[in-house]
Amino acid sequence: MTPASPAEPTNPPLTRRARRRNQLVAVTGLVLVWVLLWGSFTWANLIGGLLVAVVLLTVFPLPPVTFAGRIRPVPLARFWSRFLRDLVVASVQIAWLALRFGHTPRSAIIAVPLRVNTDLNLTLTAEALSLVPGSLILEADRRTGTLYVHVLGVRTLDEVQRFRRDVLDLEARIVAAIGSSEERRRVTGADPAGPPEPTRLEGTPT
Amino acid sequence: MTLDAVLDIVAAGCLIAGALLSLAAGVALIRFPDLLSRMHAAAKPQVLGLLLVLLGCALRLRTGVDITTLVLVGVFQLATAPVAAHMVGRVAYPHDEIRRDLLLTDELAAHIDRIRADRTDRPEVSDAASAPGRG
Repeated sequence: MTPASPAEPTNPPLTRRARRRNQLVAVTGLVLVWVLLWGSFTWANLIGGLLVAVVLLTVFPLPPVTFAGRIRPVPLARFWSRFLRDLVVASVQIAWLALRFGHTPRSAIIAVPLRVNTDLNLTLTAEALSLVPGSLILEADRRTGTLYVHVLGVRTLDEVQRFRRDVLDLEARIVAAIGSSEERRRVTGADPAGPPEPTRLEGTPT
Repeated sequence: MTLDAVLDIVAAGCLIAGALLSLAAGVALIRFPDLLSRMHAAAKPQVLGLLLVLLGCALRLRTGVDITTLVLVGVFQLATAPVAAHMVGRVAYPHDEIRRDLLLTDELAAHIDRIRADRTDRPEVSDAASAPGRG
């Protein structure tokens, strides 16, 4: 039995326009990195960066990324402020666990089916998840859009359930910041079936 | 007190906090029970510690050329640390480096074979999708 898949994979082939836009974003990003590396903005840096970017993208073409939404500044700022706070909390928590003698932290591996199954959302959620308290990405299943997360420092199965909700909240914040309106509806709208329940394997690991 | 002095004090605070966090990450690497727990230590306190050290350096140096490089280091650290942790975790997962007695639940065990099979059966999925579009 596979985890419930609330959202079928939505990675349609790209239109020519979307591909152009992706290439433009990639070139801009590479030129920005190049200029930052040199540390000053001059025409020579800009043109050199453009050349390097075009050569790189020709030799190593990027896999297609579907980006259907648009960037919303306010939710994006909300995501970043929460993310930075989480990073601090996570670091302090790990440091505290490390320095606490006579205590072996317990952990769990849980499956969290995301509601928006696109490569971009899967990647961003996995990246952010690894830096917030308690969680580390272990495996990602593209077909069902499921992330398998290692959770450190949990004591009871109730805490595990709470953690599952935290992951979905994180996804909701990311989708609110960059998702399309259709994706946002899927994340915020009331889910008639309630939160998807993945397969439980009680008693298997002892 | 001049602005320079204030910036220097803030920079010193950042550097010390960053160093302490990195120390805690090192202690955690030694003390945590298994590989996956250790990867937590490598991902979180280490990243924040480095970011604080970078911030301290930027406040102390205060030159544009240096700050752009520090920004790049920070951005790449944020982007790559989770990927590195993921890679190590993925290699380690089915093996004995993981203390199963400390796991409350393991929801990956039932799916791991299918996921890995998906990946090896169709390794060219992403390439095949992109190849015709290019050119």
